[in-house]
Amino acid sequence: MAPTHPFRFALTALALTAAGPAFAVTELQWWHAMTGANNDAVNRLAEEFNASQPDYKIVPAYKGNYGETLNAGIAAFRAGTAPHIMQVFEVGTATMMAAKGAVKPVYQLMKDAGEPFDPKAYLPAITGYYSTSSGDMLSFPFNSSSMVMWVNKDALKTIGLDEAPKTWPEVFEAAKKLRANGFPNCGFSNTWVSWAHLEQLSAWHNVPLATRANGLDGFDTTLELNGPLQVKHLANLAEAQKDKTFDYSGRYDNGFGRFTAGECPIMLGSSGSYGNVRGSAKFAWASAPLPYYPDAPGAPQNSIIGGASLWVMGGKKPDEYKGVAKFFAFLSDTDRQAKLHQTTGYMPITKAAYEKTKAEGFYEKNPALEVPVKELTNKPPTENSRGLRLGNMPQMRDVWAEEIEAALAGKKTAKQALDEAATRGNAILRQFERQVAK
Amino acid sequence: MDNRVVFGGWRLPLALLLPQLLIVGVFFYWPASQAVWQSFLSQDAFGLSTEFVGIANYRALFDDPAYYASLGLTFLFAAAVAGLSLSAALLLAAMADREIRGSGIYRTLLIWPYAVAPAVAGVLFGFLFQPSLGMVARGLRDLGIPWNPLLDGDHALILVVLASAWKQISYNFLFFLAGLQAIPASVIEAAAIDGAGPARRFWTIVFPLLSPTTFFLLVVNVVYAFFETFGVIDTLTHGGPGRSTQTLVYKVYLDGRLGADLGGSAAQSVVLMVIVIALTAIQFRYVERKVAY
Repeated sequence: MAPTHPFRFALTALALTAAGPAFAVTELQWWHAMTGANNDAVNRLAEEFNASQPDYKIVPAYKGNYGETLNAGIAAFRAGTAPHIMQVFEVGTATMMAAKGAVKPVYQLMKDAGEPFDPKAYLPAITGYYSTSSGDMLSFPFNSSSMVMWVNKDALKTIGLDEAPKTWPEVFEAAKKLRANGFPNCGFSNTWVSWAHLEQLSAWHNVPLATRANGLDGFDTTLELNGPLQVKHLANLAEAQKDKTFDYSGRYDNGFGRFTAGECPIMLGSSGSYGNVRGSAKFAWASAPLPYYPDAPGAPQNSIIGGASLWVMGGKKPDEYKGVAKFFAFLSDTDRQAKLHQTTGYMPITKAAYEKTKAEGFYEKNPALEVPVKELTNKPPTENSRGLRLGNMPQMRDVWAEEIEAALAGKKTAKQALDEAATRGNAILRQFERQVAK
Repeated sequence: MDNRVVFGGWRLPLALLLPQLLIVGVFFYWPASQAVWQSFLSQDAFGLSTEFVGIANYRALFDDPAYYASLGLTFLFAAAVAGLSLSAALLLAAMADREIRGSGIYRTLLIWPYAVAPAVAGVLFGFLFQPSLGMVARGLRDLGIPWNPLLDGDHALILVVLASAWKQISYNFLFFLAGLQAIPASVIEAAAIDGAGPARRFWTIVFPLLSPTTFFLLVVNVVYAFFETFGVIDTLTHGGPGRSTQTLVYKVYLDGRLGADLGGSAAQSVVLMVIVIALTAIQFRYVERKVAY
């Protein structure tokens, strides 16, 4: 047998040499939380990028919903196996920002890699959420949505309305009529309860949710969500809940099916539900801007975004960072952005992509996709409407939802519930501040 | 009579024990000791900064009224789940133990739900009791009951208790059935000849003879209700509405994973561990005395 050894050795050596170029491809892990049509979009982006250049290979991996993806990323970082790119929902922003050393800021990444990068090319209402107060972009906006009011136009017609109601008093009135006219269980409802009735409500009416520009200017922020406007609105909701003029549909977005199934004729929900509505609603539908209280000064202001951005994890090799930077430049391409916007329903992140889509006449055929963009850019953002950045936000939202539920169930008054939400939320903020201040 | 096996020397017994000791060490003692250590620390989510804070996490825990509420709720929940699943399983086992046609099929079918994961059980019950679409919920509404677990805390608690108990009935059924079959038929037949009716036979003969099984199941069910019902709660109610289904184990998750408060969450785990150890010890010390082996 001995004589075969040199031969085998030679073969192995040959194989290694032949495989050489393949080894030079740098793999970049991208963990995301996209399902269905959006998952296909992610995979297509990766394929196109991989085909566009020979040096890098983006490897997308689905890691569960937003919360699970964030937890998986954190656990992987602690174990030293973090991915290169991680999709993190907007409420995880404070957590990621505070993790200095665990993340590589995007502006730094683009500068180091020498890739063309103009932060002004992006819609400020979106990048504001993911930038420091001095305007340095920390993460790369990927899929952004906002909250809109989805309406069942057939149902509105039965009560003599051709257009969606514009103000909150009109919404309550319409819902009352709808409840008496074929929708006994639900006049109107919403998904993501704290996003709808605290976060968007506050920004849309230009009142603060928290001090320090809702936390964007520092972690030493305290909650102010128990102001007169928020209390009044919650009291109205609790009153309407009694006879199901308003009917609560849970904390997250599981209740959205009540709209598409025709049970709730008016539903506040994510603009990202576009594909879902288009696919399953068996009635004439439309999306409309969020309602406002006409007696609130300056309302409507502008809405804030939801969705997610891409964070680059720290501690990787310079060559890998170069690949990530190339990928982000690839994503920012106007045609690609416009196409992504038109197929997924998420917002365009660059001004050019928005203008292009508009110029193509796309919105005339698909007005629902322009509503969130218009809401977001309705007025130049103020301290109260630039966005929000609160520590441990996923838990915070649960605490707020608990208190809202108590008010809707009639166990507490609106004022008591929001006072308690502020007190408990502030405790979470102080604990977060203590953890990250070191 | 001494029926103990005596080994000559300690090498063989040690070698025989070693695999089990290793498993217990790696999968129980090591993580448990990590939890104890973590409970004295304050750490950010990424583990970038760590500070030893002594008993601050425990102090914060015992100063929090919500924690006591959760504690009380957990005991209520465990009692309801154990009570409901034990009594339902006993009833089913007593019925299936009789000489009936096709008893094998009944028995097999009754054991099936045990193969269902808690989270799946949660989703199933979620469908059945979904206020607007669920079959059971519609029936309730037709009866005039304003069923709404999204806002009514009592409804939500009933829902998670039902789902958790249903999931455990099969397991209990299996053990009860085995226990019933181990009771000699001659004893029951003798009682029947003496004129004792079915109810009397059950309570004076069967139930006492079944007590070792019942006791074992009680311990298992309480531990189940404390720890393994997480999936049911997470899929059905997320601890809500308000905090009405936030049991201790769910609170550990909320504060640790969502709240990124690993120290506080670890302190809760340690307290939870102590509670369950104490409960089990009490059960063995007092309840076991009443058990006739």
